[in-house]
Amino acid sequence: MNYSIFSLVRQALKGHKDWPKVWRRILPEPKYDVVIIGGGGHGLATAYYLATKHNVGRVAVLEKSWLGGGNIGRNTTIVRSNYLLAGNEPFYEFSLKLWEGLTQELNYNVMFSQRGIINLFHSDAQRDAFVRRGNSMLLHGADAVLLDRDGVKRHAPMVDLDNARFPVMGGLMQPRGGTARHDAVAWGYARGADMAGVDIIQNCEVTGLRITNGTIQGVETNLGFIGAEKLGVAVAGNSSDISRMAQFDLPIESHVLQAFVSEGLKPFIDTVVTFGAGHFYISQSDKGGLVLGGDLDGYNSYARRGNLPTVEHVMECGVAMIPRLKRLRVLRSWGGIMDMSMDGSPIIDMTPVNGLYFNTGWCYGGFKATPASGWCFAHLIANDASHEVATGLRLDRFRTGRMIDESGHGAQPNLH
Amino acid sequence: MRIHCPHCGLRSIEEFTCLGDATIARPDPSGGEEAFYHYVYVRENPKGRHREYWHHGGGCRSWLIVERDTATHEISSVEAADAGHGDGS
Repeated sequence: MNYSIFSLVRQALKGHKDWPKVWRRILPEPKYDVVIIGGGGHGLATAYYLATKHNVGRVAVLEKSWLGGGNIGRNTTIVRSNYLLAGNEPFYEFSLKLWEGLTQELNYNVMFSQRGIINLFHSDAQRDAFVRRGNSMLLHGADAVLLDRDGVKRHAPMVDLDNARFPVMGGLMQPRGGTARHDAVAWGYARGADMAGVDIIQNCEVTGLRITNGTIQGVETNLGFIGAEKLGVAVAGNSSDISRMAQFDLPIESHVLQAFVSEGLKPFIDTVVTFGAGHFYISQSDKGGLVLGGDLDGYNSYARRGNLPTVEHVMECGVAMIPRLKRLRVLRSWGGIMDMSMDGSPIIDMTPVNGLYFNTGWCYGGFKATPASGWCFAHLIANDASHEVATGLRLDRFRTGRMIDESGHGAQPNLH
Repeated sequence: MRIHCPHCGLRSIEEFTCLGDATIARPDPSGGEEAFYHYVYVRENPKGRHREYWHHGGGCRSWLIVERDTATHEISSVEAADAGHGDGS
């Protein structure tokens, strides 16, 4: 059913009792042309673009739990394309352009709000680095504005510009950045994929891969064997578990990242602000809660929960940037498992196994990438060639020395 | 999570910094590019028991090898790294 003002009125007159299911609940067929493991944002977007933009036959998405229950439901919903390096920026700008048309494309309101994002800087050196990044963004066709102190004050009056240790000198703003409704992204892609004929199978956990003579044959699951000509893996923090089934290891470590939502407040922050002296980012959801987050806990984890010292550290950064947060009550906190790559940039590539493709290494920037990740992964699976904005996101870049290391931290995943 | 430092006793993890996998060993300089690629970039990244280096920077400043379950955060053993166990053996 197409969602519109007319369908809303029609359903309202029927007491909203006649809305069809948004996607089908079905059991898998014995064989598909393409199987995607992972019913999160990236997996569902991949399936949607495979079914609507490519001619690949029957497609299925396997999700071990409920749809959208992984990192697409565990992030701070920030969308931006403020990257420096040539291997990254065209990809993220492509993603931002897809975001700008996503609600119309999916006929599903993903509540994409281009409220802008401001990265604060606190020193001459940091300003110079941000100017360079802003110029790189402009050269790649994105938007960037350098704010002075008055500019920061105008857009984010709640920020303490005169912090004694880290006074704010200004900020790099991307006006087209913003936030989106994370669950709606998963549901919108799921609905679009389902309408295009993709089978979405929940509670279907992959327990093994069947590989013969170096070619993928299908997957073993708790619902039995499912044949696949091609297999795409988009499982974020669990990537190493799947690659192990195919007898190879990845340049990936899994780490826990925590995020927080506060009690609801009156409108307080109408943009996204990040602290330059520490790792902290904050925005306000449409329900009024402040959504905030900071650094990784810093140790390998698959636990989806973190430790209290990191909570304290995040809150300290927040209060340093916005002192009035100190009386705020946090309602919820949660953890997600990040697929931290060795250079902090993602991987969308083929693997040593024929017909097996990996989409991983999103570190903690996967949400904003959802549309382009799905678009480029679908392109790779359909054509056996990288999309033009994803040619740098290759698995062999670590072997050939073509790292895309935005932060310059080197091969230390807990620092990216 | 608290770590039982062999020198200082039971301490909160905020005193420690995690470096990562302690089972990887630097290859022989003549080991070739492939060996160094695996050493620098490739990680087993297990879901379960993981031997890892931790630095007690807020305490005795010694390096430790902690064996910890990455799925539950349960710590099963802590030993000093200079006991000669850092080579994965």
